[in-house]
Amino acid sequence: MIALALQDNSLSYNGNKVVDTVSFAAEAGEFFMILGPNGAGKSSLLKLIAGIEKPQSGQIDILGRPKTKYSAGDLAKVVALVAQQAPIDFPFSVAETVLMGRSPHLGLLGIEGEKDYALAAEAMSFTGVEQFADRRLDQLSGGERQRVMIARAICQEPKIILLDEPTNALDPAHQLKIMDLMERFRQEKKTTVIMVSHDLNLAALYSDRLLLMKNGRVVVIGTPAEVFIPEFIEKSYECELLIDENPVGKVPRVMVIPEKFR
Amino acid sequence: MPNRTGNLPITPITRKLPVICSILTLVFILSILTALANGPSPISIGEIFSLVSGGDSTNSTAGTILWKIRLPRIILAAVVGATLSLGGMVFQALLRNPLAEPYILGISGGSAVGAISGILLGLSFFPGVTLFSFLGSMLTLGAVLILSGGRSSTGKNSLLLGGVMMNAFCGAFIMFLISISQGSKVQEIIYWLMGNLSMASSSNLSLLLLCLPCFIVILLLARPLNIMLTGREAAIAMGINVRLISMILLITTSMMVSLVVCQSGLIGFVGLLIPHLFRMFFGADHRLLGPSCILGGGSFLVLCDLFARTMPKHGEIPVGVITALIGAPLFIFLLWRSRR
Repeated sequence: MIALALQDNSLSYNGNKVVDTVSFAAEAGEFFMILGPNGAGKSSLLKLIAGIEKPQSGQIDILGRPKTKYSAGDLAKVVALVAQQAPIDFPFSVAETVLMGRSPHLGLLGIEGEKDYALAAEAMSFTGVEQFADRRLDQLSGGERQRVMIARAICQEPKIILLDEPTNALDPAHQLKIMDLMERFRQEKKTTVIMVSHDLNLAALYSDRLLLMKNGRVVVIGTPAEVFIPEFIEKSYECELLIDENPVGKVPRVMVIPEKFR
Repeated sequence: MPNRTGNLPITPITRKLPVICSILTLVFILSILTALANGPSPISIGEIFSLVSGGDSTNSTAGTILWKIRLPRIILAAVVGATLSLGGMVFQALLRNPLAEPYILGISGGSAVGAISGILLGLSFFPGVTLFSFLGSMLTLGAVLILSGGRSSTGKNSLLLGGVMMNAFCGAFIMFLISISQGSKVQEIIYWLMGNLSMASSSNLSLLLLCLPCFIVILLLARPLNIMLTGREAAIAMGINVRLISMILLITTSMMVSLVVCQSGLIGFVGLLIPHLFRMFFGADHRLLGPSCILGGGSFLVLCDLFARTMPKHGEIPVGVITALIGAPLFIFLLWRSRR
């Protein structure tokens, strides 16, 4: 079943096309990653899906229904976004933050019930942040905070979860935790994971399929083996890269070639 | 009793809110009773109760003092304190800056320019000065929003910068108005600028009822405000119309602030101190912070005004001086403590 389908979506800022006639579809439960150099339009594409920006042209179908038919609240019940950075100027606790994920499901007064607390507790134990529950967000490390924001998105019970560079600026241990978490989540809940990333090797290791972008356009869509060939990767990133086979998982592996070793 | 929150270490809002509100209501009532009882001619608590329960109310001297002088002033103090605290809370949240308050955005300044213009034109307090004050604050808000530019009108820095500019402009304009005015008007304006509650009269108080719907709107928007504080994009993705809610909150808050500023003058630090204090104790949940600011801010200003009118042997000190004298050192202490 197709969870998310984009047809010829375009978005411009001040006449500058940042997303240019992009089309793709992701299956339910698929781990779908969006790659591309800086300024390729990856985050903008994610904003279109999350409803933060409206496409100037094109259609987006979510769970087989046009996105325009969803109210903002209904859309939030099926699509969750983990943004790049969460501001921490105000001292919400971890538990309070995760519980906010229930917001689209609550009534007018926004009072949480037993089920909401149970789901928040479950999301926190799933992401391994339950030991920080009463700590404030600003008292956590970047990786821990990112896991809290993922817990909040999970608590939203979405069918599609969007993540904008969740492993950015994290050490390998935290990167691994987050990627494994998302892999486990989509397997257990059959949720579609759409992740924007800069890490080619993590993408090759975890994604079912990839979308490679450049200048707002799709370069190629396919499995890691189909995408990670020099023609596409070097054209997109405009640098010489070495692609071989990763002994882990027998997936493609990409390495940069420093000038001194050329 | 089974734990409704399962193994989540969090007290549900439905349990926390009644407890905190009850305690703060008690503090509020005690502040009002203390303020009613004390003044140049003290009235005992027993006397207050017998006057309130319908004894010979307006005939006696004590009755006149209670009903005509102290009660209107205390009600004004309570509403002004509550409004400035709640207003400070909203501005701090919208600007994501714990140091923001109505003053920073230029709302108070604009309101003051309007009110002073009204005083100089010799208008009556109501509707003249009040209306001018409201127009002043709304014009300032409009100018700030235009200065900070359409799309990013709710952006943190653009609003703050717009506010700083308008504040500088309003400050200069107030100085200009003072320099061209003469005689007793100058003293009236300066006294008003320092913030004082002695202008309270029962006829003006009905105007304060308009603050009530503003309080309700803000309290109802507390939950979306919480989510907006965890990131604009995340909030939109959670189904919240960030622009609309920011606009409603800005206009509602400016309206209630201008309503109280024209009755009390510029009283600083209440909007800064009270939300900050409660945020340190209760956390950042605005569903809890909103009612706390209303009750706590009200109590705080009632007690400050009590000091203002009872401390000096003759006359009284403007309450704005008291709030600044208490507020500034306490604020520095809170900042110091939070950094440790």
